[in-house]
Amino acid sequence: MTTKPDLAVKIAGLHLKNPVMTASGTFGFGKEYAPFVDLNQLGAIVVKGTTLNPRLGNAGRRLVETPAGMLNSIGLENPGVEHFIAHELPNLKKFAVPVIVNISGHSIDEYRELAAILDIDGVAAVEVNISCPNVREGGLVFGTDCASAGSVVRAVRRATGRTVIAKLSPNVTDIVSIAKAVADAGADALSLINTLLGMAIDIRTRRPKLGNIVGGLSGPAVKPVALRLVWQVAKAVPLPIIGMGGIMTGEDAVEFLLAGATAVAVGTANFVNPRATLEVAEGIGQYLCENNLSSVQEIIGALN
Amino acid sequence: MWQGRTRLLAQNTLPCDVRQMVLEAPELVNLAKAGQFVHVRCGDDYDPLLRRPISINRLDPVQGRLTLLYKIMGHGTEQLSRYGAGDYVDIMGPLGTGFALQGEKPLLIGGGLGIAPLLALADALAPRTVTMVMGARNAAGLICHDDFADVCGGLHVATNDGSAGYGGHAPVLAEELFARHGHDMIYACGPVPMLRYIQQMSARLAIPCQLSLEEFMACGVGACLGCTCQPAGEGAPYKKVCTDGPVFWSGEVILHDH
Ligand SMILES: Cc1cc2nc3c(=O)[nH]c(=O)nc-3n(C[C@H](O)[C@H](O)[C@H](O)COP(=O)(O)OP(=O)(O)OC[C@H]3O[C@@H](n4cnc5c(N)ncnc54)[C@H](O)[C@@H]3O)c2cc1C
Ligand SMILES: Cc1cc2nc3c(=O)[nH]c(=O)nc-3n(C[C@H](O)[C@H](O)[C@H](O)COP(=O)(O)O)c2cc1C
Ligand code: FES
Repeated sequence: MTTKPDLAVKIAGLHLKNPVMTASGTFGFGKEYAPFVDLNQLGAIVVKGTTLNPRLGNAGRRLVETPAGMLNSIGLENPGVEHFIAHELPNLKKFAVPVIVNISGHSIDEYRELAAILDIDGVAAVEVNISCPNVREGGLVFGTDCASAGSVVRAVRRATGRTVIAKLSPNVTDIVSIAKAVADAGADALSLINTLLGMAIDIRTRRPKLGNIVGGLSGPAVKPVALRLVWQVAKAVPLPIIGMGGIMTGEDAVEFLLAGATAVAVGTANFVNPRATLEVAEGIGQYLCENNLSSVQEIIGALN
Repeated sequence: MWQGRTRLLAQNTLPCDVRQMVLEAPELVNLAKAGQFVHVRCGDDYDPLLRRPISINRLDPVQGRLTLLYKIMGHGTEQLSRYGAGDYVDIMGPLGTGFALQGEKPLLIGGGLGIAPLLALADALAPRTVTMVMGARNAAGLICHDDFADVCGGLHVATNDGSAGYGGHAPVLAEELFARHGHDMIYACGPVPMLRYIQQMSARLAIPCQLSLEEFMACGVGACLGCTCQPAGEGAPYKKVCTDGPVFWSGEVILHDH
């Protein structure tokens, strides 16, 4: 095969030049990685979780490294949606890449208001975070129950003309029923997984290592869990899936695509290799070449 | 900012089991200032997964080299110690803010391995008359003593056990020097209790002071919001050690132990 394989994918209304996006909270607002990555080469940019009002985030230690992974308890620190629109979005608009805003709220009303405020030029989609393990009020409480997950997504759906992506938590017993509930509520696509709730203890002081006691586990350690969840949901729900959790290489991404994801997001890997997103995209292309495939479409859900 | 594989020219063991790496990284060195750090990949596999921030100990712009100092503390530094001359090491940087170069008679205070970034600073402050106070547990723990002696107008040593120089803590010795020499700027790096003492001392003496802080880091570039330290103002947003620091004005931050 001499021609370059076609890496383009479609997630509902979004056209991505390749299936690799950034995972929320791991790529800042894009500018932090601009010295290392040509942002125009990304499939999409998903920015840090945004809330209606600025949030300071959690006190104390926020990071702990674990075997092949890390725990974080950032607590959704962000400057608030108005600041995002005034100070971050103009810069992001300069790139020919869909911008996806990850949103979190304390209440269904707050999600609705955020979605309405972000129904503006330059925002391609909202990713509804109903899965953040690091704040008590928002996020996870909505994502672990079918009825409230559905209500949040329905409220967002009504408030915006943008593509609506629901980001699901792995911290549930039956992810498929949650996925079905948000699909029924009008989600256009699903992102999974958010981080797995975990903790670490300093045995000398007998104290939790994280200031918040518990935090979200990410990185290669979670990949098998993430892959299994993507596969289960892909079989059961007809929405496009953005798969993530421990993707470090093109091969990792191909596993998610084979399991049924239409696109992937790279998170923790950015911290290890600031060019990880681009290298993952290249790796997918290389896999297609080596297997004489002309398009990435040929491997999506193509598990034998 | 630069990221890539740099050639390790030498990996030396200094007294007190401190390791010194000399790396060839002309692009990075060209951009770097004293007080900044590099984010180092300690091995090729996922254990440890994250990079380790290491202070720039010394810059040699002519030869395009930088020097790092570390002690084997855990898994990352243990892996680092396995690299040998000729190997390639993946680093990114320079990251963070540098020291502000000011004052006519600056005083530098370093405790333990905290002396690491102060050597690059002493180089950068030349031709000012730089005074260095170096603290350690004992005489064997005095790191880079001769290098500091070469570049500093005055070098004072404090050891906890009195086995070399002044018997006691470095900042206490520093405070005695103030009375005699009228220093007009303080720079410090070392353990948190030492920095806290210096923070209070600089406020008391009304002398501007910069502190170089450490925090656990993931990205090193301001993206993950994991490396926060508490700002002085009530309700003010957290500061990121990786991009707002690691060098802070002493009045900007509230210091916490880990
Ligand atoms: C800006 C900056 C500059 C640094 N410069 C240097 C340097 O010049 N030389 C050097 O040797 N190290 C430096 N460090 C620390 C370095 O990044 C590593 O944390 C350290 O070398 C230990 O790594 P490790 O993987 O060997 O140990 P680990 O296995 O990660 O940890 C060993 C022990 O040290 C503790 N620890 C590790 N990192 C920190 C931290 N940041 N704060 C508090 N406790 C910690 C751990 O809790 C553990 O108990 C710097 C850190 C920062 C943020
Ligand atoms: C430091 C950090 C911050 C994160 N912040 C958010 C966030 O604000 N919103 C969100 O939906 N997910 C957040 N996540 C989860 C990631 O987007 C991703 O779902 C998860 O880390 C799994 O992917 P990975 O293993 O590739 O990192 C965060 C993850 C990390 C490590
Ligand atoms: S280490 Fe990620 S923000 Fe500082």
